[in-house]
Amino acid sequence: MAESKPKPKVRKQAVPIPKQPPEVRKHNFNEVALGYTEEQALEEANRCLQCPKPQCIRGCPVEIDISTFIRLLREGKYDEAIKKIKEKNSLPAICGRVCPQEEQCQKMCVLGKVGEPVSIGRLERFLADWERARGFTVPEKAPSTGKRVAIVGAGPAGLTAAADLAKLGHEVVIFEALHLAGGVLVYGIPEFRLPKSIVQAEVDYIKKLGVELKLGYLIGRTYTIPELLKKRGFDAVFIGTGAGLPQFLGIPGENLGGIYSANEFLIRVNLMKAYAFPEYDTPIRIGRHVAVIGGGNVAMDAARSALRLGAEQVCIVYRRSREEMPARKEEIENAEEEGIICKFLAAPTRFIGNEKGWVKQMECICMELGPPDESGRRRPVPVKGSEFLMDIDTAIIAIGRTPNPIIQSTTEGLAVTKWGTIVTDENGKTSLEGVYAGGDIVTGEATVISAMGAGKKAARAIHEYLMNKK
Amino acid sequence: MYEILSVRELAPKIKLFEVHAPEIAEKARPGQFIMVIINEKGERVPLTIAEYDAGKGTIAFAFNEVGKTTKQLGTLKEGDRVWNITGPLGNPSEIRNFGRVLCVAGGVMIAPMLLQIKALHETGNTVVAVVGARIKELLFFKEEIKALSHKFYVATDDGSEGYKSLEFLKDVLAEEKFDRCVAMGPVPMLKTVSEFTKPFGIPTVVTLMPVMVDGMGMCGVCRVSVGGKMKFGCVDGPEFDGHLVDYEELIKRQRMFLPEERLSSLLWELGGCGCGRK
Ligand SMILES: Cc1cc2nc3c(=O)[nH]c(=O)nc-3n(C[C@H](O)[C@H](O)[C@H](O)COP(=O)(O)OP(=O)(O)OC[C@H]3O[C@@H](n4cnc5c(N)ncnc54)[C@H](O)[C@@H]3O)c2cc1C
Ligand SMILES: Cc1cc2nc3c(=O)[nH]c(=O)nc-3n(C[C@H](O)[C@H](O)[C@H](O)COP(=O)(O)OP(=O)(O)OC[C@H]3O[C@@H](n4cnc5c(N)ncnc54)[C@H](O)[C@@H]3O)c2cc1C
Ligand code: SF4
Ligand code: FES
Repeated sequence: MAESKPKPKVRKQAVPIPKQPPEVRKHNFNEVALGYTEEQALEEANRCLQCPKPQCIRGCPVEIDISTFIRLLREGKYDEAIKKIKEKNSLPAICGRVCPQEEQCQKMCVLGKVGEPVSIGRLERFLADWERARGFTVPEKAPSTGKRVAIVGAGPAGLTAAADLAKLGHEVVIFEALHLAGGVLVYGIPEFRLPKSIVQAEVDYIKKLGVELKLGYLIGRTYTIPELLKKRGFDAVFIGTGAGLPQFLGIPGENLGGIYSANEFLIRVNLMKAYAFPEYDTPIRIGRHVAVIGGGNVAMDAARSALRLGAEQVCIVYRRSREEMPARKEEIENAEEEGIICKFLAAPTRFIGNEKGWVKQMECICMELGPPDESGRRRPVPVKGSEFLMDIDTAIIAIGRTPNPIIQSTTEGLAVTKWGTIVTDENGKTSLEGVYAGGDIVTGEATVISAMGAGKKAARAIHEYLMNKK
Repeated sequence: MYEILSVRELAPKIKLFEVHAPEIAEKARPGQFIMVIINEKGERVPLTIAEYDAGKGTIAFAFNEVGKTTKQLGTLKEGDRVWNITGPLGNPSEIRNFGRVLCVAGGVMIAPMLLQIKALHETGNTVVAVVGARIKELLFFKEEIKALSHKFYVATDDGSEGYKSLEFLKDVLAEEKFDRCVAMGPVPMLKTVSEFTKPFGIPTVVTLMPVMVDGMGMCGVCRVSVGGKMKFGCVDGPEFDGHLVDYEELIKRQRMFLPEERLSSLLWELGGCGCGRK
């Protein structure tokens, strides 16, 4: 349809993505963004200028050849287009949905200077969904090398490393502590942003590659890393255990009923499917007035889940201002459209409970922004005497997550930073021979794509290590 | 899938399951627990390891049929399977020669206490054991524990067997010297025992059973206040210094989901077993 134009002219506006209307979607857990139709995808792809020196690629953490895949897409060669993406990104259906493209490829796109950048993420998603609807074909695997690799943690880092190593002919076993694979993709990011069937399709694909998945194995307890190498016959180990430890505020009243860490809240809802209680056994209690503390993706996800579970009012309390909010812009907009209120420049100082030990109020103090801190964002400073009370019956604390410590504390000789992250070189090699690591466990909380990229790099390094070993 | 190899009814509504779980059996130590998920829709239920045998590749756990999941578990038979078991979780108990150890166990926790007493006995401790229950019908493992103990006491809430309530412990403590006390059971019991041992300065270790979801440090629902500090029951515990635990807070936190638990249990009883019986 867009072909009828005689001369290419820059179209400043991106083709909008169809979404469930806010009034409808705030009552269900179905996906919010519905994805481009074929027509819409072609129309959007046609906006691309096919720059001789594409800037978008520089913004992509795994250097997908973006302009080429867009060209293939608009030539109708969907199959080749998705292959192009998959050369660099093994989880496009997921990344197309959750990557912060506005901070990465789309931020660099030249069209962004005159209008809206090409919606690269939406095109990626279109192709990935197109492929999934047809069913994945399992690529040919290299002949067996006879080497065995253990992958610890089935998040994006671990899943990617597993897939790449299996394709190279190694025997791969994933040990995942939880009873489902996917890491944050299954226990953290909600269904309405990333349907679990998509994650499951990726996991199934990895199983088809011959990867064995062992669920309910907490490494450090069931086996330790040295045991995997010395007693269980693995030649190398990749650690992708993520940053899964919730942080608390450390203020009075935090142990009252009704106060959840975002992780508890999201694990109950996503992993344990508490939204379907009592069909599923795990319960959740949502009050009428919910306060979510924090300003990142996790806070948005928790707030929007609370709304969908029937809360009357959900308020996000963030200590800096809108500009500093680390959450994706699109998700902040989605949240506000759904009726979530943001209270900026405020931080809780204590929780007050009722006689049954349930939270009934949260005391906050107003903040103002001082000079920038180490992170480059302006530091919030409390305003003396500005305390105020909010009536709430649920609070969700989403102020960050730290590395899972169990491997570090049970693996002698593994170098760890003072923040508890594992020290590696740029290829994921740790201080121990044959032990590699990547993803949030190395970088601290980051993104799906960076975890995936780290998994890919480490897979390459592990392959080299194994092939050169005796 | 984990197969149930044997089912033993220890007392009314208290069962001991032996399951095939060689990898867990190899690593299990006294004081640790497992997470059991009965099926795909199930919750993750923490249960203390009551026996393990690396040679046979088995572990055992005892449970009290109190809510939806434990009632449902109670309907399973030898040869049935549970969907997932994760473990061993939590820190193992400190087991070494302390000298004279007072072991107090209540209710279903008498089962893991036997494991604890075996280990303490083997390392040369003199064990003085107290087992308690609401009524005498709920007592079990009396002979097994007695055989490993220097002294053995029974207490029931109604006095139907042995001493009525734990008050008698005050006298025992006044007369005998102990180097350590280990307590497992309901919170009020842990609290009472800790209050009794405190004036004598006896190091007292209690096993806490806060609400848990993942059991490996990821959610924080199991947080307890110990000596004014926030601790996670699953990864910092499950054993803590009994003299420092904020029991009132723990009791309140254990009741957080009571209405939902009751609903779940009721629905299960109405329709769950399919036999039409309530
Ligand atoms: C609510 C939420 C929303 C987010 N939204 C976005 C988003 O929109 N876009 C984006 O790019 N990023 C987002 N992120 C961040 C992103 O999900 C993470 O950066 C990414 O998942 C990290 O991947 P990983 O593989 O390193 O670790 P994880 O995904 O954390 O996976 C680690 C896995 O290891 C397992 N594990 C841990 N310890 C052990 C052990 N000892 N033995 C065995 N297994 C173990 C864990 O159970 C887990 O399954 C979000 C995070 C959260 C929490
Ligand atoms: C580390 C740890 C180890 C544990 N080890 C064991 C163990 O070895 N054996 C074991 O049986 N349990 C153990 N528990 C407790 C066990 O996990 C819970 O009882 C279990 O979650 C019950 O699940 P449910 O679905 O059957 O009941 P839930 O639905 O979780 O509800 C519990 C029910 O118990 C009822 N209830 C609560 N307290 C009492 C009480 N004092 N008397 C009567 N009813 C009560 C409530 O009304 C509620 O309906 C342990 C817990 C932890 C955290
Ligand atoms: S920078 Fe933008 S316009 Fe240029 S090739 Fe990349 S996506 Fe197309
Ligand atoms: S049970 Fe989740 S952190 Fe302890």
